[in-house]
Amino acid sequence: MNITSGDAGMGARIQTPTPTRRRGDALPAALLLAPFAVTFVLFFFLPALETFYMSLTESSLTRTNAFVGFANYATLVRDPSFWAALGNTFYFALLTVLPLTALGLLMALLVNHFTRASNWLQGAFFLPFVLPISVMTLIADWMLQPSSGVVNYVLGMQRAWFADLAWAMPMVAIATIWWTVGFNMLMFLAGLRNIPLDLYEAAALDGARGLALFRAITWPALRPVAGMALVLQLIASMKIFGQTYIMTSGGPFNTTRVTLHYMYETAFTQSDAGYAAAIAVAFVVIVVVLSLVHAGLARWLARRNA
Amino acid sequence: MKHAKTALMQAPMQARSNLAWTVIGAGAALLLAAMWVAPLLWALSTALRPEHETVSAVFRWLPQQWTLEAFARVLAAGNVGRWLFNSALVALLVTVLTMALSLMAAYAFSQLRFRGRSLVFGLTMLAFLVPFEALLVPLFRMMNQLGLINSYPGIVLPQVVAPVVIYVFKGFFDAIPADFREAAVMDGAGALRILWSVYLPVSGNIVWAMAIVSFIGAWNNFLWPFIIITSNDMMTIPLGLTQTYDAFGVRYAQLMAGALLGALPVALAYVLFQRRVTQGFLAATGLKG
Repeated sequence: MNITSGDAGMGARIQTPTPTRRRGDALPAALLLAPFAVTFVLFFFLPALETFYMSLTESSLTRTNAFVGFANYATLVRDPSFWAALGNTFYFALLTVLPLTALGLLMALLVNHFTRASNWLQGAFFLPFVLPISVMTLIADWMLQPSSGVVNYVLGMQRAWFADLAWAMPMVAIATIWWTVGFNMLMFLAGLRNIPLDLYEAAALDGARGLALFRAITWPALRPVAGMALVLQLIASMKIFGQTYIMTSGGPFNTTRVTLHYMYETAFTQSDAGYAAAIAVAFVVIVVVLSLVHAGLARWLARRNA
Repeated sequence: MKHAKTALMQAPMQARSNLAWTVIGAGAALLLAAMWVAPLLWALSTALRPEHETVSAVFRWLPQQWTLEAFARVLAAGNVGRWLFNSALVALLVTVLTMALSLMAAYAFSQLRFRGRSLVFGLTMLAFLVPFEALLVPLFRMMNQLGLINSYPGIVLPQVVAPVVIYVFKGFFDAIPADFREAAVMDGAGALRILWSVYLPVSGNIVWAMAIVSFIGAWNNFLWPFIIITSNDMMTIPLGLTQTYDAFGVRYAQLMAGALLGALPVALAYVLFQRRVTQGFLAATGLKG
């Protein structure tokens, strides 16, 4: 597809046709944008503002009561449950981000290399990704059953994985890796297909082969994709909620209760919406800071390597 | 792959090294593919046995007695049919609305010059940074006030805001030569008409791919339906399946049958459209890379 080679996307705004403002465009633009703008303002922009405002109040699920300034945040920094949940979130990210990125790369290389089987391989790796989360969790739960589960049968054990302090989170991580790695594989596949074949032919003529080819051509071309995959995966992993909520309900002993789960409980079971909003804001700030740090690191590395 | 073959013909030494890599690679590919398919096959094997075999003391890979009883029971009992209908309706509505809103907005951002364009586009892209999950409480409160809890509009509307789709479409439109539009403008065509009859036809793959991705996303969405749906007959299939767990207790054959039924439509859609999904995906990520 030719758009992949062009300088498209955000940067292309500068080179789009006729940069001068045309007078006749204002009305059609307003009409075309209106439907999206209305839904955007109603279902994103106002709720985002309201989340921030609510974090400064004492509110229930249905009504906002008193304005309390930054009191919720003061409570938050001294709330061990919040820090534990944040710690669990980071632990999950630690268990998933690198494996999901590396495995996605490996799978893409395999799909790309075995041309004749590539559709089958790609299908096998990607299929779990299209499962609804509850289907994924049902299957994982059934396979990990203490007495009749296939995993325990194969390993010759009787372990209750999701009730095990040490194993609950790693098992959620493994299930998540199985479930979502296909997405990363497709991203790397996109990067691989963008590498011109003649680069390989030239290098092969120079005598490069195997790992040397990978190091000289494939990896340099894929590095930006890997960087993007890492940060997207980090954000995705930080947002974990459904897997632990369904599979472990945050247990055993809250060892798998993650940030969004804590926020959900605070809002919907304790109806402390103001405090939940503060958790949400803190969470957004952490995610944004992480992405900015990553972007800064990536730029610094790129400059150092250049 | 072409380069592998050229390298293979170079010299015997290289051929041997390449052969070793091919063997290792093939082994890894087979092993990984087997690991990724096995859980689905195991679920299928479970769904095809009578209930007592799932808790039998003797472990067997295949059913001793093959039966469709679990599927029949799941379909007969409870609301599985209704949940499938809800999922299909919701996913279809989300997809059509997302496509319509995003195509129009992307066209305006890409091709029309108007005051405040960068600002509005920037605000839209800001939504990349704020995860939907952070908005749950105000969204729930708003739906509560509007009386849209447990309604199709309540389930659908917050899902149609998709800045990623707009970003992808805009990138695609940006790369289409300006002459396309200029010619149509000369003919006196309006913006909607140009979008429909000039831009849409050349964007086939990417529109299909985004539509399929939206459909899969909406079909599988868990968190928002989980918040907004409270009655059993409004549930979508991912949500309903968590209920069957309670309803069926430890009836694993029926649980797996229900799971497979819930996954089947999307899995089929993916298998049928795999090429389009891949192509669209390649185009979309190529834009960012």
